[in-house]
Amino acid sequence: MSTTLRSEQQRTTNPFQPRPSRRETQRQAANSVVIALCVLFAIFVVIVLVYLIVYVLKQGIAYLNLDFFTQLPTPNGEPGGGMGEAIQGTLILVGLATLVGVPLGLFTAIYLAEFGRGRFATVVRFLVDLLNGVPTIIFGLFVWVLIVIPQQSFSGLSGGVALGIIMIPIVARTAEDVLRLVPQELREASLALGATEARTIVQVVIPAALNGIITGIVLAMARVAGETAPLLMTAFGTTFWSTDVTQPMDALTLRIFNFTLSPYPVQVNQAFTGSFVLILLIVLASFAVRWATGGFKRRF
Amino acid sequence: MQQPISASQAVGLRERSTNWAIARFGRRPADVFFRGLTMLFVLIVLALVIGVALVLVISSWPTITAFGFRFLANQAFDPVHNTYGVLPAIFGTLLTSAFALLFAIPLGLGASIFIVDFCPRPLRVPLAFFSDLLAAVPSVIFGLFGFLVLAPWLQLSGEPWLKQHLGFLPFFQGQMQGVGLLAAGMILTIMVLPLIIAVSREVMLTVPRSQREALLALGATRWEVIRYAVLPFSRVGILGGIILALGRALGETMAVTMVIGNQATRPGLSLFNTGYTLSSVIANQFGEATPGLFLSAVIEAGLIVFVITFITNFLARWLMSSLERKGGARL
Repeated sequence: MSTTLRSEQQRTTNPFQPRPSRRETQRQAANSVVIALCVLFAIFVVIVLVYLIVYVLKQGIAYLNLDFFTQLPTPNGEPGGGMGEAIQGTLILVGLATLVGVPLGLFTAIYLAEFGRGRFATVVRFLVDLLNGVPTIIFGLFVWVLIVIPQQSFSGLSGGVALGIIMIPIVARTAEDVLRLVPQELREASLALGATEARTIVQVVIPAALNGIITGIVLAMARVAGETAPLLMTAFGTTFWSTDVTQPMDALTLRIFNFTLSPYPVQVNQAFTGSFVLILLIVLASFAVRWATGGFKRRF
Repeated sequence: MQQPISASQAVGLRERSTNWAIARFGRRPADVFFRGLTMLFVLIVLALVIGVALVLVISSWPTITAFGFRFLANQAFDPVHNTYGVLPAIFGTLLTSAFALLFAIPLGLGASIFIVDFCPRPLRVPLAFFSDLLAAVPSVIFGLFGFLVLAPWLQLSGEPWLKQHLGFLPFFQGQMQGVGLLAAGMILTIMVLPLIIAVSREVMLTVPRSQREALLALGATRWEVIRYAVLPFSRVGILGGIILALGRALGETMAVTMVIGNQATRPGLSLFNTGYTLSSVIANQFGEATPGLFLSAVIEAGLIVFVITFITNFLARWLMSSLERKGGARL
């Protein structure tokens, strides 16, 4: 738009400047229209998304209290109660998932970044990426068929395994990226001093990339903390305290899901509060770790 | 031939194993062990990927053999008469995803062009931060918003308005229930927007400065710079992002299950209808599934989702890797 203004000014000051042709006006008009559209779209997108987030957070914070973290849900929508068992369950499930997902993801990353060459590595990388794009309910089905049906019982353990599988590609790809950022000179220096390849990786390369690896792990944990679909058919949910991983276990997302569809206003309100807590947990985890470790920024 | 006592007999186990490892693998024992361990974990991950596919195929084999391709064309998912088909679910999946992309592509592209090219500098970082934040919001929260806020609004205001003003179109017919294909499509639109914005923003930022400046120097308007320098350069990456978004929309479970109504209606054009998607069939039916054809049918629905998202992801990665080879954005 500023271009239009400038050309008009020039015309008035410079009598030899030709009048803009029709083509020229069309170009300027198209330019203005597109800019206006882009601004409009951006504003629309921001308004919709801000409205959604603010609405959920505002509703949620209204019913936030200490009981929410320490009490069990009340039966039949009686007032009071909380989601204590769901918060505890989410923490346990994410912990189990980390035990499954981090070793598998990390070693895959080490393979891809340090040893992986040739066609096999390409195939592994490709499959890990595909794993990342598969809808998470598929992993729920997989674990359901392999663990839940043979055991004839939903269990926290199966939920943890399902979430752990979801973590693998996220950990693997972020860790691979940061391992690749470690300068080759560091590896060569270590090898030149007589260290074995294994020792170089464990004592030189991984410490150098540690901040990025931890960031990736925490982001993966935050991501699986928000998963619902695979937990429906594995951890299943319960409204009682449960630390036994062979029994059904609750999770914040499961409780939000159930209470959203609940006919009782108390439970619907608690679903909002649960969402508030979950968003806070995820956002805090991902930003705390970025702040503490400096994120993926290379240190060299 | 008589050999003198060889040196290898004199040295200890440690050196002998070292010599053996070097002779056999060309590296020291610690490295052989470490490489082996790494390889083991990689093989476990590979086994998982293949295992998922195998388990889905084996478990859904009863319905695959019983119905074959009729499973895709059959309207009824009926445990009572033991006949299963997922036509309404496939229809619902494709319709809601198409709806989401139809609106999310122009909105997302417009927004990312704004962020990259027109946005005042101080706004750029908060906007990018905000779109990343949304990508991290769990889908069940979108479902909560859709079920408690969007659907009631649609029922009371949105759908009556559409019916009054655009009721002559086949899309806006029938009962106004709030939940349904329209609500699911709208929620999916909101959910894939951050993804499309994030990918296209990244890709557009990799357009070399010289390309833009060259066009500006030729007297191009800012739109012409985008049209002739930015978009052609980032076309492939944006397409990859869109396909990723499509994969996300096709496989999304929770948010869609909560707002789509989960009642199979005859596939029709009206967006007011309730419906099913493949993932919502799984989420709704697995609890009742009794061993036999019913269980197998639920798992075959999962297998179809798996195959569809496998293909979309394959396409997206392939496009992006061709981009990488050309030296464009690494995503």
